[in-house]
Amino acid sequence: MYFEYFVEGGDFTNAGYASSQIKKHLKELGVDPSVIKRSVIALYEAEVNIVAHAYRGKIKIFINKNGVKMLLEDEGPGIADVGLAMKKGFSTASEAVREMGFGAGMGLPNINENSDSFNIDTVVGKGTTLEIIINF
Amino acid sequence: MTLNDVCNLVSGKVICGESRLNDEISHAFASDLLSDVLTVKTNHFMLITGLANLQCIRTAEMSDISYILIARNKSVTDEMRELASENNILLIVSPFSLFKCSGILYSAGIKPVY
Repeated sequence: MYFEYFVEGGDFTNAGYASSQIKKHLKELGVDPSVIKRSVIALYEAEVNIVAHAYRGKIKIFINKNGVKMLLEDEGPGIADVGLAMKKGFSTASEAVREMGFGAGMGLPNINENSDSFNIDTVVGKGTTLEIIINF
Repeated sequence: MTLNDVCNLVSGKVICGESRLNDEISHAFASDLLSDVLTVKTNHFMLITGLANLQCIRTAEMSDISYILIARNKSVTDEMRELASENNILLIVSPFSLFKCSGILYSAGIKPVY
């Protein structure tokens, strides 16, 4: 199965829509609830990251019998120092994003914790692609 | 303790999810930081928060949190109520502060997640 969603930077009203849809699909497929939770938390963190940091992005979700692969490709500033971004507590989020309850420098480490495989491909000034794999 | 007891203890007003008022709850987590809520590994707990926005409900949806207590009578938007209803989330608003809600519920036997 394949699903695709578009995400607008700054659009906090719709942030989480894709994650919500994927949660419904995984439930319909009868995936173990703990695996669903890991998948959607990782996806939601990544979706919020696009809204918080990028101009726009595309989410591509591939589901097969072995697991779910999630690709989040954004056009945005990119990540200058991935090692630093992966450190708990480091964030470049704006004050507005922090007021919404995010931007505490916990997103990327939490994606890493919830996924079975997590890769970041980023080019400063162009954008970032996250690849998150979760096995069923 | 039932969610109905919780509601009475904090002088709460139910916004949606009345059908869950007879559910039992034993644990709660109080936070205004959604990033922190997203790291909680357990499921069956109530979120006590002073943060009233749509992402608060989304976070509960992703984290399988079925009960949210919003402190200080923060206003709940129609979008928040709709999203909570869609996900069968019980939403309670209390006039008390986050500290007071937490203190009352802790004293009444609700345990912390951590």
